[in-house]
Amino acid sequence: MRNATRENAVHPALIFWIAAGWVGFCLLPWYGVEDGFFTFEWLLDGYPFDEDYAPAAFLIGQGEKLWLAPLLLPLVASLFALGRVKSDPVYARILVMTGAVGFGWLMAQGFGIGIRGFSFEWLKALFGDLGDRQFGMGYGALVVASSFLFLFTQGIAARGAINGDVFVVSAIGGVIVIVTTFVFFPIAKMLVAAFITEEGGYSASVFVSKFFDDRLWGIGCLSGGRCGAAWNSFFLALIVGFVTTALGLVFALVVTRSGFRYKRLLRALTVLPIITPPFVIGLALILLFGLSGSVTQFFAELFGIQPTRWLYGMPGVLIAQTLAFTPIAFLVLIGVVEGVSPSMEEAAQTLRAGRWETFRTVSLPLMRPGLANAFLLGFIESMADFGNPLVLGGNFDVLSTEIFFAIVGAQYDQGRAAVLAMVLLFFTLSAFYAQRMWLGKKNYTTVSGKGDAGVHPLMPRGLAIPVFIAAAVWGLFTIVVYCMILYGSVVELWGVNNTLTFKHYVTAFSVRIEETGIRWNGAAWDSFWTTIKISAAAAPLTAIVGLVTAYLLTRQTFAGKNAFEFGTMLSFAIPGTVIGVSYILAFNVPPIEITGTGIILIVSFIFRNMPVGVRAGIASMSQLDKSLDESSLTLGANSWQTFRAIILPLLRPAILAALVYSFVRAMTAISAVIFLVSAEYDMATSYIIGRVENNDYGLAIAYSTTLIVVMLSAVGILQLLVGRTKIGRRTQFGVGE
Amino acid sequence: MVETQIASKAAPVRFENVTKKFGRDVIAVDNIDLHVEAGKLVTLLGPSGCGKTTTLRMIAGLEMATSGRILIGAEDVTNLPATDRDVSMVFQSYALFPHMTVLENVSYGLKFSGFNKSETRDRAIAGLDLVGLKGFGERLPSELSGGQQQRVAVARALVLEPQVLLFDEPLSNLDAKLRRQVREDIRAIQQDLGLTVVYVTHDQEEALAVSDEIVVMRNASIAQIGTPRELYDAPVDQFVADFIGEANILPCTIEHVENDLARINVDGYRYELPARGLSSGAAKLAVRPSRLVIGEKDGFQARISKATYVGVRMEYTLEAAFGSMFAVQDDVDAPLEVGSDVTVGFSTKGPVLLPEA
Repeated sequence: MRNATRENAVHPALIFWIAAGWVGFCLLPWYGVEDGFFTFEWLLDGYPFDEDYAPAAFLIGQGEKLWLAPLLLPLVASLFALGRVKSDPVYARILVMTGAVGFGWLMAQGFGIGIRGFSFEWLKALFGDLGDRQFGMGYGALVVASSFLFLFTQGIAARGAINGDVFVVSAIGGVIVIVTTFVFFPIAKMLVAAFITEEGGYSASVFVSKFFDDRLWGIGCLSGGRCGAAWNSFFLALIVGFVTTALGLVFALVVTRSGFRYKRLLRALTVLPIITPPFVIGLALILLFGLSGSVTQFFAELFGIQPTRWLYGMPGVLIAQTLAFTPIAFLVLIGVVEGVSPSMEEAAQTLRAGRWETFRTVSLPLMRPGLANAFLLGFIESMADFGNPLVLGGNFDVLSTEIFFAIVGAQYDQGRAAVLAMVLLFFTLSAFYAQRMWLGKKNYTTVSGKGDAGVHPLMPRGLAIPVFIAAAVWGLFTIVVYCMILYGSVVELWGVNNTLTFKHYVTAFSVRIEETGIRWNGAAWDSFWTTIKISAAAAPLTAIVGLVTAYLLTRQTFAGKNAFEFGTMLSFAIPGTVIGVSYILAFNVPPIEITGTGIILIVSFIFRNMPVGVRAGIASMSQLDKSLDESSLTLGANSWQTFRAIILPLLRPAILAALVYSFVRAMTAISAVIFLVSAEYDMATSYIIGRVENNDYGLAIAYSTTLIVVMLSAVGILQLLVGRTKIGRRTQFGVGE
Repeated sequence: MVETQIASKAAPVRFENVTKKFGRDVIAVDNIDLHVEAGKLVTLLGPSGCGKTTTLRMIAGLEMATSGRILIGAEDVTNLPATDRDVSMVFQSYALFPHMTVLENVSYGLKFSGFNKSETRDRAIAGLDLVGLKGFGERLPSELSGGQQQRVAVARALVLEPQVLLFDEPLSNLDAKLRRQVREDIRAIQQDLGLTVVYVTHDQEEALAVSDEIVVMRNASIAQIGTPRELYDAPVDQFVADFIGEANILPCTIEHVENDLARINVDGYRYELPARGLSSGAAKLAVRPSRLVIGEKDGFQARISKATYVGVRMEYTLEAAFGSMFAVQDDVDAPLEVGSDVTVGFSTKGPVLLPEA
């Protein structure tokens, strides 16, 4: 009976996408609707004849935008595939051709014709002045483009790629197209922008002059002056990488190799970086060590020292980043330190090595790749960090803030921002590349889950004492800093008027119950709700993209898989500021015109956080035995049915985790967001930064505290839910005796 | 056997010059031809890495042949993915879906085969009934024992009435006692329903016990195909002789051949046996340990270098002038002394001639 369905000439997916193509072309407004993606006023406002809202078919019918007419050709041609069987070579040929021609032409006209007619001089020279123009693509174009894309992938599948699996080929095609559009295209656009002169021409000398700027590469600090931003960023990142790795290792050792009793408490540390908005630690440090900070004041009174602004600059940024990123190193290293097989260490001990020798000759060398990994992570995080240098940087210029000031400040120099972004990208990508290529092959830690019943030996005493001291000091410091955040939010005016007050919370979050309902008249509500909305919209999309990608990476083999993996994980190494700049450059002109909307924020979150979703997916999918998929396939389910009925239900905890983490990360993001917010779509983090710039620390800290509480509860709920599912899972997975 | 509505649509499987490469130069299966008759249980047997599992997965459609043709019934399925082949498979790990009940697991494949709801349910229940798990439908797989999980996996594959049913080392996760019982159950169901079954194992005893025909594989190609008896009594070469049961490989000389009957000389011991196409000269002789008779009047000289008591029999290591060998004897009450010299002969129908090297 399975044979009966195979030679069937009716393919639901094909019919769906052909129909979608026609609907997109004939019924949906072709161009972007001004009022926003999710408004539907256009239905009553001149549709379908008004030029702004007309579908492509109506535009052509009225003799406008005639360059859209050729799209009809592939749309009509696709109809000939209907009624043919898949094994017919004509079926594949029709779909591949219509998909490629349609998609190609759609892109070509989109890029070729912009708001000022032809976008390229040579087109103008060839065809003369167009005398017409077009704006960003809208629903219609989006749907038609997807239709062509998926017709193309169905054609490729019919030709036998990936065993003719339509779902897998389409998923690969879809991921490649969106990653290209929203990661590679903006980056490429930004690289080009570095060569554009003020007059709009292209010139390499512009690039050279901006690249070899003294503000970028100067080494004046060696002789008492100021160094360039590139060197500042680089050296800061090096130090932060080393310090966070060392401290991370210290905490990891305390948790796994000591008799310390409150290990669970230490593990809670790992939650901190997830729920802390990136600049909050900077704020807390100002409350402690700033000009009117408590510690500064205390010492000033005690010793009569003049308070200084030492915090603002390299020292402050270094301390803040170390506080912020040590938990990340800890998270990485705890896995590594636990991953060292106890039987190796026990073997060393039975071979008459003492504790210290065992640690030095076996444990530590086995951890080396993990240590390098933690270092590179710290390096990348420090390079990309925007919030702390912005708050504490003072005259200490780093790349990420310089990029911001090049765009936002008085200089408004896109070219300079692009050059700076390129340098920053070069550093982070090098580290990313090193991490993947060099460390990828050297992993000694094996968690096989099989019969490794040994126990990790305790640390040698000579090591334990300094480790405990370091852990205690830094742990206490972290606690003090987080208490300052809470305390700072209820103080009238820090260092001047220390009376306790809820004033800041009231200013930010007051509500009034009126007859018409609740009135949210606090200053922060607007940005708060926007943040929640945008984050909530981005989270499921991030999870979907991440999990589908993870599925492709763990469960399928196809040509170019390594490049595919590299491309999808790349956005992890692209600093938010670079994303921000490149999105502005790429998406404020047609064909994709989304700056100033909520969509650009959502899109930036999806691709910033995609690696998180991918990792969560890969981690849990590799725990599912591949024979589950295979048995589903041999039982007659296709790969989409297998994905839906077997993989998704078993991944429920991973999906939940990906949802919550992308939600929380979207709430704390600042670096990309600050470029992309608009008056209408202001986000919490950028609002807080605005308060900080006005020296309104009280409100900023109160708002930050609220965010921390919101995110903490989100993570808490997640832990509760996932924890419960896990218990359910363990009994399910255990093979009965 | 219970009356059941599960029928068989058994079809033959044919491999024609099938090769499977992984990457550019790893050859997993090298140009094999294979014919599995409808309604037979054929075992793929061989050491690990010999290509037997790859062969099985190519029948299932989980691996695609690099070259050659695969036919199931009269149809060329070479390029057909697993979903579209009328084949089902019982996995080594059973691969029961942990989030579905036993009944849902068994119904899973039926849902994609165009049965309506009540039919699906009836067939699934009939399948469970067939493997003796009536009433276990609402349990989760984790609430079953290993042997029961195994049977659910079999039922899940059976209810689809596949043209070919595949087993990938189905007994390897069971303990020794259960193994014997489950393999007898599998054989009984196969014979009752007349299924075509391809079965992979590396355990020669299991293969001998269940198979109509055994395909011995070595280094990505087929070493010998035959019934269990043929393989045991007439292995084509040393590899097969040693892999199916244990065999002592002794050097011998064929003195002359007449009417396909060879007279051989083993260290002065003369013996007559089928020549199997060999002609005079040096050859090898495969002798099962149980077919060496110690204390025979006529034989070659050997010394006992080791004697081990294993309960049901005695095991001896013998040293002869041309090498050492391994023999077993049922007489445990009067064991032979280590160091004593004995005359060793062959029992009738014992040894088999093999070509040199």
